[in-house]
Amino acid sequence: MSGDLILSSLFLRGLLAGGCLALACGLLGVFLVLRRDAMISHGLSHVAFAGVALGLALNLMPVIFSIAVCLLGSLLIIRLKEQARLPGDTALALLSSAGLALAVLLMSLKKDFGAELMSYLFGDILAIGPSEIYLAAGLAVLVSAGISLNLSRLIFMMFDREAASVSGLGLKKLDRLLVMMSAVTIVLGLRIVGLLLVTGLTVIPAASALQLARNFRQTLFFSCLFSLLSILGGISLAYVFNLPASAAIIFLALVIFALAYLLKRRY
Amino acid sequence: MTDKSEEIIRVEGVSFAYDGVEALVDISLSVLRGDFLAVIGPNGSGKTTLLKIMVGLLRPQRGRVWLFQQPLETFNQWHRIGYIQQKATNFDPIFPISVAEVIAASLNSVRRPPSGRRAPVRKKILEALQTVGLEKEAGKSMNSLSGGQQQRVLIARALATEPEILLLDEPTTGVDYPSQQNFYDLLGKLNQQQHLTIVLVTHDYGIVNRHVNRVACLNQKLFYHGDHSEFCQSDRFRELLQGGHHLISHRH
Repeated sequence: MSGDLILSSLFLRGLLAGGCLALACGLLGVFLVLRRDAMISHGLSHVAFAGVALGLALNLMPVIFSIAVCLLGSLLIIRLKEQARLPGDTALALLSSAGLALAVLLMSLKKDFGAELMSYLFGDILAIGPSEIYLAAGLAVLVSAGISLNLSRLIFMMFDREAASVSGLGLKKLDRLLVMMSAVTIVLGLRIVGLLLVTGLTVIPAASALQLARNFRQTLFFSCLFSLLSILGGISLAYVFNLPASAAIIFLALVIFALAYLLKRRY
Repeated sequence: MTDKSEEIIRVEGVSFAYDGVEALVDISLSVLRGDFLAVIGPNGSGKTTLLKIMVGLLRPQRGRVWLFQQPLETFNQWHRIGYIQQKATNFDPIFPISVAEVIAASLNSVRRPPSGRRAPVRKKILEALQTVGLEKEAGKSMNSLSGGQQQRVLIARALATEPEILLLDEPTTGVDYPSQQNFYDLLGKLNQQQHLTIVLVTHDYGIVNRHVNRVACLNQKLFYHGDHSEFCQSDRFRELLQGGHHLISHRH
């Protein structure tokens, strides 16, 4: 059985793409949770879903098209927050409703891609194509580099926004960077765990890390570790027991959270 | 050698209103190198607004501000300025950050001019923590410290970037009385021994007045701006005393 597993290109592709996604989600999740922006992944996933629907309707590469639409959507959320003076969650609600409405409308107009679109609702990591591995690796490098190069500035901004502003940091640029990195990560998450569970993947490992970590670097480390354990463990469980991978990943992430919470209470 | 006539901050004819409600009216004052200026006044007198205008967080609707003789609009040497906001210790209690990380984040973020000899970040962090007497707490979580210790960490953070002026907005809010005294003694020492220019918005004039050399008394308008010793002789000081304010002169 183990020989079969290693040799299975489907399984290996899933693990590789999942590992890249785990790294991006683990890093970004910490920032989203601490900024009280956990629901941004929920909102952006709906926008990404509309992007996939548009891509399928126009016969363009749905993932690439979805990244473009999601990036535009992320900038629109910031603009709505800044210029329409809307609270962040209201701006997200506006855009996520628009995204889902557009996807439903396209599905009713062009019925032939309904089944493929549905795979983005629940994700399908074991159907990842070879080209998508490169895309996942590219996105993981992009997000890791974006966070590593700006780590001090991001920590300073989140810990004390006013002092960071006085020290001359370009806060708006950093806000945009975080939201845009979230957008690309979510598109990848959509492919792997699907629209309905992508929020959990960005939030739960970070929430578990916060139970145990004593400083920021530890938080990032634990969040990436828990994200990797959840995704790689979830894919393995799904493969061995013939379960839906997205559900196995999220349940494993929740089990890790419960253990971290109990460990924190004990010590 | 420090030039004590050098103007670090100049505020000229500044007015500011929040949605039509005047907060500051025609304020003009200057801060010279080496000054320890206390900005005092009742609640809602515009003290915080004035400080925020000085550091560029708010734009005055009338008047102008100069920092180090440069107009605020074009000023970009922010490493020369240290700022601690009101309620700065009311940070997110779940934020996981160590004392060293608080200082490192600022130190690595602030753009400083290239210099021949740059101490490593770790050494700078320890030096800054030594100045505030917290060198043994570098690895501790910020949330495990007392309010007074957290204030000292924020001072260390500001000092680590080697600013020439420190602006603080009611920094001891929520800190116990002995810690407040220690904190103001530290500010006095930084002003006297390291010649750091300080602007302090405060309610605790009774505790701080033995350290300050200049006073600005504000209530939308500037009622007094000058030497601390002259202020203590002035009618304005007596009026404030009769008004029940906590303004007690300290005899040297």
